[in-house]
Amino acid sequence: MTTLQSKLAEARSQGRAALIGYLPAGFPDVESSVRVVQAMVDGGCDVIEVGLPYSDPTMDGPTIQRAAGMALEAGTTPKDVLAVVRATAATGAAALVMSYWNPIERYGVEAFAADMADAGGSGVITPDLIPEEAGPWIAASDAAGLDRIFLVAPSSTDARLKLTCDASRGFVYAASLMGVTGTRAKVSGTAERLVERTREATRDSGLPVCVGLGISNGAQAAEVAAYADGVIVGAGFCQRVLDAPDLESGLDAVRAFAAELGEGVRAAAR
Amino acid sequence: MNTDAHPVPDYLGEGGHYGRFGGRFSPEALVAALDEVAAAWEEAKSDPAFQAELNTLLAEYTGRPSPLTDARNFSAHCGGARVLLKREDLNHTGSHKINNVLGQALLTKRMGKTRVIAETGAGQHGVATATACALMGLECVIYMGEEDTRRQALNVARMNMLGAEVVPVTIGSRTLKDAVNEAFRDWVANVDTTHYLLGTVAGPHPFPSMVRDLHYVIGAEAREQVLERTGALPDAVAACVGGGSNAIGVFAAFIPDESVRLYGFEAGGDGVGTGRHAASITGGSPGVFQGTRTFVLQDEYGQTVPSHSISAGLDYPAVGPEHAWLADSGRASYAAVTDAAAMEAFRLLCRTEGIIPAIESAHALAGAREIGAELGPDATILVSLSGRGDKDVNTAAAYFGLTGDEGERNR
Repeated sequence: MTTLQSKLAEARSQGRAALIGYLPAGFPDVESSVRVVQAMVDGGCDVIEVGLPYSDPTMDGPTIQRAAGMALEAGTTPKDVLAVVRATAATGAAALVMSYWNPIERYGVEAFAADMADAGGSGVITPDLIPEEAGPWIAASDAAGLDRIFLVAPSSTDARLKLTCDASRGFVYAASLMGVTGTRAKVSGTAERLVERTREATRDSGLPVCVGLGISNGAQAAEVAAYADGVIVGAGFCQRVLDAPDLESGLDAVRAFAAELGEGVRAAAR
Repeated sequence: MNTDAHPVPDYLGEGGHYGRFGGRFSPEALVAALDEVAAAWEEAKSDPAFQAELNTLLAEYTGRPSPLTDARNFSAHCGGARVLLKREDLNHTGSHKINNVLGQALLTKRMGKTRVIAETGAGQHGVATATACALMGLECVIYMGEEDTRRQALNVARMNMLGAEVVPVTIGSRTLKDAVNEAFRDWVANVDTTHYLLGTVAGPHPFPSMVRDLHYVIGAEAREQVLERTGALPDAVAACVGGGSNAIGVFAAFIPDESVRLYGFEAGGDGVGTGRHAASITGGSPGVFQGTRTFVLQDEYGQTVPSHSISAGLDYPAVGPEHAWLADSGRASYAAVTDAAAMEAFRLLCRTEGIIPAIESAHALAGAREIGAELGPDATILVSLSGRGDKDVNTAAAYFGLTGDEGERNR
C-alpha cells in the first residue's frame, strides 16, 4: 500500500475527506518551497501534490501560471522536484507529483518512475495524459509501484469515466468544472453530479474520488468534503505566498489556510 | 476540378497517430469536444451538401482554383530549372489559410456552435478566421501574443474591422505558442458554445488530419495543373514549414507519386547552429507539445525553447505530426533556410517576377534555388507560394534599409 493509499484510508476511517494541497516545486525557490510544504502539512494537509513547473501550462489559470513561472525562472529542474518530493515524504504526508507529460517523457518514463519511488513519492498526476496514450506510463508506474492518477471532467462520457477510473490507482481526480485552475467564488454545481457519476464507475474497485479546481476556502472545502474522498486545493496556497510581504508571513498564512481547509473537511456532514 | 476528395493516407493510424507521432495529449475535459469535432468532420466529409457548399465558397469567395505561374525569370536563379508557382497568395485574405478556415467555420455552424476562437501569430490566420466569421455570422475571438499585437498592429485593425475581438496574451513569451495555450484555456471553459478553429496541422487529433483535408485542394489542383501544363509530374515539390499546413496541403496529393521528391523548408533564423531558429525537425527533438507528439524545440528538461524567425508565420517551436512522420519515414526531406537566404529569395522574386511573396513563402523559394542548383535545368519544381507579402512590407523595408535616410538613398 502506498502512503497515499494509507492516508486516504486513514481519513476515511475518521469519517472525513482527505485534504490535498498543491504547490509547484521551486516556488518561490527550491528551499523555500520545502518550507511552504512543511507549513501545508503542519496546517493539516494529508497529501501534497508537488508541481513540476512547465513552460506551457495549458490547464492552469493565472495564479499557478505565475507561481510555476517563478519556479522556472529560479532554475527549477526535475531533479529539484524529486528533492522536494523526498522532503515532502519526510514530513509524513503522502507526496505526489503533478506534471504535464513532456518533462516526464524527456526525463525518461521508466527513469522518472524509478527515481520518484526512490524519493518516497506515492504517485503521479498527469493532467494532459489520457489512458489511451499512457501505455509506457502504465507499465512504468506498475513496475515502480506508483499510484497513477488520471483526471475525469464533467464532459467525460460514462464510458470514459469507466476507462479512466479503471486505469487509475490511488484515486481519480475529478475536475469540478470545465475550466482551468484558480480560485472561484462558488464551487461548481457540476462537481457533485460528476462525483456521483464517477462513483458508478468505481463501484467495483472502490477507488477514491477526489475533487479539485476552484476550491478556495473552508466552507467550500466542507461542501465538497460532504461527497468526495478528498479535497484538492492549489491556487489558494500559491496566492498566499504571492501576497505575503516576506516568506515568514507567507508560511503563517499558508499554515492558517491549511487549518481553515482542514476544519472544513472535518466539519463536513458525511 | 476535383476538390472534394479527402483521401486518408494509409499511414494514419487509430487515434490520429502517424507512426510514433501524433495522437491526443489533451486534458480529459477536451476529449468530448475533440470527439465531437472528429465525428462532425467525418460526417461532413462524406456529405455532398456540405462539400457543395464548401466548394461554392472556394470558387466564388476565395477565387479557387488558384493559378499556376511559370516563374521564367526567377528560374535563372534556380539553376535554370523550371519553377512553377502555386499561387495561394492570390486567394481572398492573401494566403492558403482561408481554405481551412472556411471549412471549419462551416463545420462550426453544422455543430450548432455560435462562437469561434483562434490563435494567430502574424495575423494571417486571425484575419482569415475573422473574415469567415463575418461571412457566417459567428462571434469571433482571436488570441494573439502581446508582442505580436504590437508588431502587427495593422492586422489587429483588420480583425477589428471584420468584427472580431482581439485579446492580447500577456503571459509566457507573449507569442504564438502562448496564444495557442490561451485559446485552449478558453475552449475548455466555453466548449458548449465554442469551436476552436486551430490554424495549422498541429494540436491533438483530429486537427492535424482535418486541417490537412481542408488544404488538400492545394496539391490536388496543382497536380492537375502541372500535368496539364508540362505533360508530366514535377520532379520536386517545395513548401515552407512552420506548423506545416500549406506544405501538407501541397504534398498530400503527391505522396503516392514516388518519383516526386517532397521538400519542406523550415525557418533557420540566424542558423540552426546559433540556437536562434524555428526549425523543429532539423534542430529539435521528439516530444509532446500542445496536444500532439512531434518534433519540438525543447531543452534537456523538456521545457519549450522560444523559436526565432524573421517570418512570424513560421515562428513556432513545433511542427505538425504528419511532417514528423514524413521526415521519419524519409518520404519528405526537411532543411532549414536562414533569414538571410529567405530574404534574398524574397528580393529576387520581387525583382524578377513582380510578385511580393510572404516571407514564409520566401523560405520555399530559397529552398527551390538549392533544389534547382542540384537538379539542373531539365527539372521542374513546384513551389507553394503560400501567401503574399503585403503584410511583410514593414519587415522587408527595415531589413533592406528602405526606410528613413537609407530609403531615400535607395529610391
